[in-house]
Amino acid sequence: MTEGSLITDVRELSSRASVIDFKGDVTASAEKALADAYTRASGKFTRTIVLNFSGLEYMNSGGIGMLVTLLVRANRQRQRLVAFGLNEHYRQIFELTRLDEAIGIFDSEAEAYAEADAP
Amino acid sequence: MDSQPRDAAYWAKNVTTLKLGQVPAEAVNLNVTGRRVVGPVQGFGKMWQKTMRVELVGADVSPAEVIKTWKAEFQRFWPERNWFYAPLEGIAPGEVALLNLGLPGRMKLSTGVLVLYADDESFTLMTPEGHMLAGWITFSAETVGDVTVVQIQALERTNDPLYELGYVFGGNRLNSRFWIQTAENLARHFGVGEPEVDSQVLCVDRRRQWNKAGNISKNAAVRTFVWTLGTPVRWLRRPFIRRRAGAS
Repeated sequence: MTEGSLITDVRELSSRASVIDFKGDVTASAEKALADAYTRASGKFTRTIVLNFSGLEYMNSGGIGMLVTLLVRANRQRQRLVAFGLNEHYRQIFELTRLDEAIGIFDSEAEAYAEADAP
Repeated sequence: MDSQPRDAAYWAKNVTTLKLGQVPAEAVNLNVTGRRVVGPVQGFGKMWQKTMRVELVGADVSPAEVIKTWKAEFQRFWPERNWFYAPLEGIAPGEVALLNLGLPGRMKLSTGVLVLYADDESFTLMTPEGHMLAGWITFSAETVGDVTVVQIQALERTNDPLYELGYVFGGNRLNSRFWIQTAENLARHFGVGEPEVDSQVLCVDRRRQWNKAGNISKNAAVRTFVWTLGTPVRWLRRPFIRRRAGAS
């Protein structure tokens, strides 16, 4: 799905975990794309949603706000968010805004998937 | 090696704790240096998203010009009895500003903000520990049709149970009013006679995060109040301190 300049893709890892792939810009105008992607990623038994930021090209403070909103929705469904694919710059932004205290950040896809499948 | 993303220059960098530069002598400088910033994840109260928008009808001004003026004269648009001591470098990523806010009962609250993000058409301030709110607020401008539209959008929780109590009993409304007045003042500056601010207040998360109740230990209002109570003692001690400094 494309909204503004963000493209999202949703993949199911297992009945308990899904992945949202991001490509493009995460800004306030990505609200609908993010909400739709979350709805598709969130099944009845989904416990973990993995955010793949390998294709992230741009993010502003509005985008960080969107991620907080996504986190609230996930927490409400007793789901957790984990992420991978953040380069050094975006990892620093997660640390600065202290989003990393609520969204687990992993160095690799394999580590994030292992966490997602952990009971 | 990672190539630099397009937004790299707009974000604050390498900030772990806040460090305030020089401030005017009349300012109350408490609760800023050494504090960490806090976002909605670290706050206590319900999470709110507040959006105030005003159209600059009839004003021939671009979004970038609005933001340039807003950054340069931020204090000017605030309601009375509130002071924003801008950093020497102005509103730029990573800079820290001191706030002295007027509270009911002529009380004052000293706290600060970090400039988290700033580009040509927006800037975002993030609050530190002890501030009444944990979160950030973004000031932006955009062109919609032929009109420049100004927006103030906050994503916030109160920082601790005491602030939450105040928020429930009028603080939330006062806070919204603060930003509506700011938007009105800005619009008037650009020649809008009777600005109409569209205000939307949305509760994003009704849960209170009780595991963050301990944030109260850094409550800036309480600390500023205690500091204010100590003012007579500091006045009485001042000549002795000066004499001792002169002797040494």
